[in-house]
Amino acid sequence: MYNLYFFFSKVTYLSDKQPKRIKQRRDPLGRCSQLRKLKGKGALEARESKDRRRRKMAMDLERVVEQARETFESGGTRSYFWRRSQLRALKDLLHEKEAAICEALKLDLGKHRVEAYRDEIGFLIKSVDHALQNLKKWMKPEKVSVPLVAFPTTSEVVLEPLGVVLIFASWNFPIGLSLEPLIGAISAGNSVVLKPSELASASSKFLATNLPKYLDNKAVSVIEGGPLVGQQLLEQKWDKIFFTGSARIGRIIMTAAAKHLTPVCLELGGKCPAIIDSLSRSRDVKVAINRVAGAKWGFCSGQACIAIDYLLVEEKYAPFLVDLLKEKIKNCYMRPADLTRIVNKQHFQRLREMIEDPLVADTVVHGGSLDQESLYIEPTILLDPPLDSEVMKEEIFGPLLPIITLKKIGDSIEFLKGRPKPLVIYAFTNDEKLKKRIIEETSSGAVTFNDAVIQFALDTLPFGGTGESGFGKYHGRFSFDQFSHRKAVMRRSFCLEFSFRYPPWNERKLQFLRYIYSFNYVGLLLLFLGLKRCSST
Amino acid sequence: MKPEKVSSILTAFPSSSKIVSEPLGVVLIISAWNFPFLLGIDPVIGAIAAGNAVVLKPSESSPATSSLFARILPSYVDSSCIKIVEGSISETTRLLEQKWDKILYTGNAIVARIILAAAAKHLTPVVLELGGKCPVVVDSDIDLKAAARRIVVGKWGTNNGQACIAPDYIITTKSFSPKLVDALKTTLEKFYGKEPMKSEDLSRVVNSNHFSRLTRLLADEKVSGKVIHGGERDEKQLKIAPTLLLDIPDDSLMMQEEIFGPLLPIITVDNLEESFDLINSKPKPLAAYLFTTSKKLKEKFLNSVSAGGMLINDTTLHFTNTNLPFGGVGESGMGSYHGKFSFDAFTHKKGVLHRSFVGEVSARYPPYTPRKQKFLKAVLNGDITDLVLSVFGCLKS
Repeated sequence: MYNLYFFFSKVTYLSDKQPKRIKQRRDPLGRCSQLRKLKGKGALEARESKDRRRRKMAMDLERVVEQARETFESGGTRSYFWRRSQLRALKDLLHEKEAAICEALKLDLGKHRVEAYRDEIGFLIKSVDHALQNLKKWMKPEKVSVPLVAFPTTSEVVLEPLGVVLIFASWNFPIGLSLEPLIGAISAGNSVVLKPSELASASSKFLATNLPKYLDNKAVSVIEGGPLVGQQLLEQKWDKIFFTGSARIGRIIMTAAAKHLTPVCLELGGKCPAIIDSLSRSRDVKVAINRVAGAKWGFCSGQACIAIDYLLVEEKYAPFLVDLLKEKIKNCYMRPADLTRIVNKQHFQRLREMIEDPLVADTVVHGGSLDQESLYIEPTILLDPPLDSEVMKEEIFGPLLPIITLKKIGDSIEFLKGRPKPLVIYAFTNDEKLKKRIIEETSSGAVTFNDAVIQFALDTLPFGGTGESGFGKYHGRFSFDQFSHRKAVMRRSFCLEFSFRYPPWNERKLQFLRYIYSFNYVGLLLLFLGLKRCSST
Repeated sequence: MKPEKVSSILTAFPSSSKIVSEPLGVVLIISAWNFPFLLGIDPVIGAIAAGNAVVLKPSESSPATSSLFARILPSYVDSSCIKIVEGSISETTRLLEQKWDKILYTGNAIVARIILAAAAKHLTPVVLELGGKCPVVVDSDIDLKAAARRIVVGKWGTNNGQACIAPDYIITTKSFSPKLVDALKTTLEKFYGKEPMKSEDLSRVVNSNHFSRLTRLLADEKVSGKVIHGGERDEKQLKIAPTLLLDIPDDSLMMQEEIFGPLLPIITVDNLEESFDLINSKPKPLAAYLFTTSKKLKEKFLNSVSAGGMLINDTTLHFTNTNLPFGGVGESGMGSYHGKFSFDAFTHKKGVLHRSFVGEVSARYPPYTPRKQKFLKAVLNGDITDLVLSVFGCLKS
């Protein structure tokens, strides 16, 4: 039985409530036992009703998946023209519904429309354009070379859609993280079922209402709902599951996928560190501060898998850095209208507990104030919180920024070893040796030097994690490949037969095979002409 | 190993990007018994090339090869990071409890599910090289002698049918099947003599479990009377003669399970295009083969049938082209290897972006204004004109 209730809204069922205990009294007419029977009957009816609803939901889901499969198997999603039409329709949706998307993001997260455009709408338009420009090229079979010994033969790799794919999106970029994988799945010619996060309910509703108006809804469906719906979806057979979210749920999904041997792509998170080296030019320092602050408080208030989680800096440099960050917060990150709020009470509570840990509270050097009603947490800086505190063990996913000081900046490499691999490592430095060490001696999904978050926008770089931060990659061509099967195809001719391929075996045939595998064409020719004797090893 | 330079985009100007191939770490390779040497060492080649430490668990069903690895490999490779663990189910279970950075498994779909579920606990990515029923569709307008040779060597010349890419069953037309059967019989005699049970060119069945399994397939009453060639068995020597069966029912055991042995059913249809429906009614196989000179049929086959790999006018040979990815889809597996694909299977492709401090764009940061939005729109759309206009405040929203 999966426990998907962590991170999601708590749901209580009638069956969880215990019936009240009735005092044992003399009851000649049997009224108490009748009352007990009635109460038991009520609970039973409630359970049966819940089971009926579950069965109905399961049947509805099965029908959706069946239709998606029928559409795929009829060939409805394979043609270039269908894929292009769907991508163009997505682009139309993004242009025509920009205001509605911004409104949904405002309701879900309090996102400013500039942030909404920068991180979701504009980003998606760029991705759709990239897919439209390259789709023909991506769909084309890739010719591969064949060794001369196999003449006459041709070989190629054909990119084939996988079939019916399931996409689970996350709540922090609810439109972006739904549609970016959808672009890849459609480009690759699949049918798709999309399950947006129920924690971003306005965005989920937007997608459920609008995607059917723009896309081929026999091939692309949106299923809304919470953990129960997620569970039921996982019981179906999929040709691929794409998940963005936490490692904990990633494990549940991969375990469910194992039953059907379904390949998965897991886009998880982790604690993304930013190594801040001393920078000699004051202009570089100013830019670095802009980018660090932007990648924390300007990016869904730190609720992002690639947001900067914590900083690593030399202890002598730390006070200077703290002052610069405080200044930056004061100038750019004080207006609540510019800051995304915390998504819900559970996450607010989680972050509150991180700050209110007595050992951590003492390390707050800026911010720390919270407003539960508006789900607002002030941009907060912590200086050297204990490494075994929650704020340094768990992914923060919020506007708290720990700064960990080190004796020398090179110690950051050792610090990172032995810790779970994050989705990104950031480093602000002009030291080429340090950059080389970071690339070669640390491991992460990606590395970005002298900036943060922006690598997300590049379609030429694979986006994905390693270790605890996930596996599989997407964006650009990588999205197309993620949802494709690379089918090897070899075509042979009937002319030119080599008898050494066939039994009965003898030493001469073995010698031919030795020369074949070492591509020794001279030896082959001489052996063929009888000018070379076969050797036995 | 060389980092791959990739292009950056206007949004990130000025910057340079590359993809660095990084070893995953410590990988586990669980190999199979049918090509025990190959399926042990081939993935190890990829794992080493990608810079990983490796633990290889050879199959206990090929104990001589397993102990050969344990004895001789340490004297050739760096045994501090390339290790052999021998054993069977309990050792494999213990291995699967450990945390790996990748697991590559070659074997069957039942065990694969267990491995995938175990890998899920540690979020370990896997490559699963499984099998399936590899069909061979045979058209009439072909060089029948060459086709028969290629089918026979692909089936019985490849570990006596005990191979994931060996032809599992044939589909041909009713009118052509007598000629095909004759050609197969003639070729079998040419390769293995009149008494194939005495031929030294045929591998035996691996062990008594598999011998019993194959015997059970033959004993299924649904296939009784359908053997048209062979069928002899010698339990003591673990030998089964090359056996042909004609038109066994689809619900027989032999048509529902991967055969993995020297039994070859031939199914006849009226029209070859019916064969695609039959193939698609079964789980996707690791390989699918077609013998034809018809361009139309080739294209239809390639577009209608999904399999790990496909070969026209031959069998099994695609395995040897290291420029082709070797792997399955659906029930036949996930991931691929061979050649560079092996290197990639054991590598993490790390995106590395180098940005300059020059070219700072204040539009990225709050406080947000309509002008910043216009600028961002232009940057994200790659629109130089709009970009310039927005800088000068000339763009309307």
